[in-house]
Amino acid sequence: MPKPMSTRFLTRPAEPSAAPDTGRKRRRGPRRALPRTITAYGLLSAALVCFALFSWYPIVRGVLLSFQQVNFVDAPEWVGLENFQRLFSDPLFGVAWRNTLLFTGFALLFGFAVPFLTAVLLNELRHARTFFRLVVYLPVMLPPVVTALLWRWFYDPGPGLFNEVLGTLGLPALSWLDSSDTAMLSLVLVATWANMGTTTLIYLAALQTIPGELYEAAELDGAGIWKRLRHVTIPQTRFVLLVLLLLQIVATMQVFTEPFVMTGGGPDNSTVTVLLLLYRYAFVYNDFGSASAMSLLLFVALGVFSAAYLRLTTRREP
Amino acid sequence: MTAARTIVSPTQLRSRAGRTVYWTVLLLTLLAFVLAFLFPFYWAVTGAMKSAGELAQVPPTLVPNEWHPETFATAWSEIDLGRYLLNTVVVAGGAWAIQLAVDVPAAYALSKLRPRFGNLVLGMMLSTLMLPATALLVPTYLTVSEVPIVGVNLLNTPAAIWLPAAANAFNIFVLKRFFDQIPDELLEAATIDGAGPIRTMWTIVLPISRPILAVVSIFAVVTAWKDFIWPLLVLQDPSTQTLSVLLQRIAPDMPLNLLVAGLVLTSLPMIAVYLLFQKQILAGLSAGSIKG
Repeated sequence: MPKPMSTRFLTRPAEPSAAPDTGRKRRRGPRRALPRTITAYGLLSAALVCFALFSWYPIVRGVLLSFQQVNFVDAPEWVGLENFQRLFSDPLFGVAWRNTLLFTGFALLFGFAVPFLTAVLLNELRHARTFFRLVVYLPVMLPPVVTALLWRWFYDPGPGLFNEVLGTLGLPALSWLDSSDTAMLSLVLVATWANMGTTTLIYLAALQTIPGELYEAAELDGAGIWKRLRHVTIPQTRFVLLVLLLLQIVATMQVFTEPFVMTGGGPDNSTVTVLLLLYRYAFVYNDFGSASAMSLLLFVALGVFSAAYLRLTTRREP
Repeated sequence: MTAARTIVSPTQLRSRAGRTVYWTVLLLTLLAFVLAFLFPFYWAVTGAMKSAGELAQVPPTLVPNEWHPETFATAWSEIDLGRYLLNTVVVAGGAWAIQLAVDVPAAYALSKLRPRFGNLVLGMMLSTLMLPATALLVPTYLTVSEVPIVGVNLLNTPAAIWLPAAANAFNIFVLKRFFDQIPDELLEAATIDGAGPIRTMWTIVLPISRPILAVVSIFAVVTAWKDFIWPLLVLQDPSTQTLSVLLQRIAPDMPLNLLVAGLVLTSLPMIAVYLLFQKQILAGLSAGSIKG
């Protein structure tokens, strides 16, 4: 979809915004309310049309398509669970899910820890703050295709930058994208580099809202630097950490551009992801029914996961 | 600037040992940032200017032996970048204009006119944010290929990107939240002066809302410029493609130095936007942000 995953609305979770006033009696009697409503729907009409055509209708249609066979000549035919059966019997189906989970796992390891630690570090530094903030976000501005193609060149086993760097440091060269052992990890590295600016800056903003007195109090109680991090910093940023973690899992489960541009799913199908397989079903095999079934499975999996995650993490809230 | 109190205490920082550690860490971080986030850009820009032979050489050279800045001009004409740049500008510019034209009046109506069932409409819009973006890929593609009721095929036209982009619940949410904070008294004063709701929006609400309009605008353009999967699906005719789709398509057959030059040229507009609007971008980010 043209819309990216959005992680906005996190940094100011509990801001008491200008009183939610929808319930207040502002309308002066029904005589004024009706023209107002008509004008309002006039202003809303374009948005309603766009949402109806390109959001609400596709939602319904996506579910229907999962149980249909379409070829655009005959009317769509109901096939029940046949699309799902076809997916389950595809040996790549399991591979794609495993690879996607692997990508998400690695992406969390790096994409979650590295930006958080970077933000904590930057928050301590008193100099060159503008420089750090400016530079860490620079890769985010690059189109993902550009990043992927550049990194494919950096990964080149011959004249590539990375093996040269490893060589200079006296380390053995790696095969990066060319071996099924390292290909997925190489994709995670690119994705982390390209996206960490966003998360780092959101964490940094969250860290800056922590009242300094808390650290002072912790220090008076004899807490060392490590304990201050564990008992002040992390609990104070817990909300942002939890929500970003969830959004990152949801976003990385949909990884597509990096494997599509950098490896095409290879070597040995080691980077075929769910979305790459979905793309193949839809636009290579023209099997829109099975592709929709795949979307539905991904949607259900992420939905169940998100609900469980939110439930588990908010229950412990005091 | 007096920095706020953080994990490390000012006393620890003032001690001799503290200062040594601080400056060491600062320098190491600076070095790491330069290597991680600036060096790849240097490598790409200089790589593009190496001769084809030098670019394939093992080990690679840190500074080009011979400079070939004309590679950029060659790439521009060989790849026909001008045309694809124009396609991209049309896609991104149109996505921006349509998003503002559709989402601003909608947010204004929901925030200030509070029509009947307004909350229901808002809720239905916001609920689309819960959906993983890719779940709608196939059905939206099919919808764009034959729009219901009117029956037109938008594939290979920029409208295939513009119209779905306008159904952006997040924009409506952010704009509405901003409009909510504009005091109603201000609008009532305009009403008493005889201005209708649309005139009030145009002459009072929009001028006040410049900061949020800037944020929404920048993110609309940047998102459209960076997008790949959707243009890949809906712009299959090569002559209509955007830079990202083009580069991905021609990458396997392009000489490396021309490709790298093309990549650099494609990134320049976004980097220019970033340097010009960094304040708005970073502010928009800490008010909430976009993840690519």
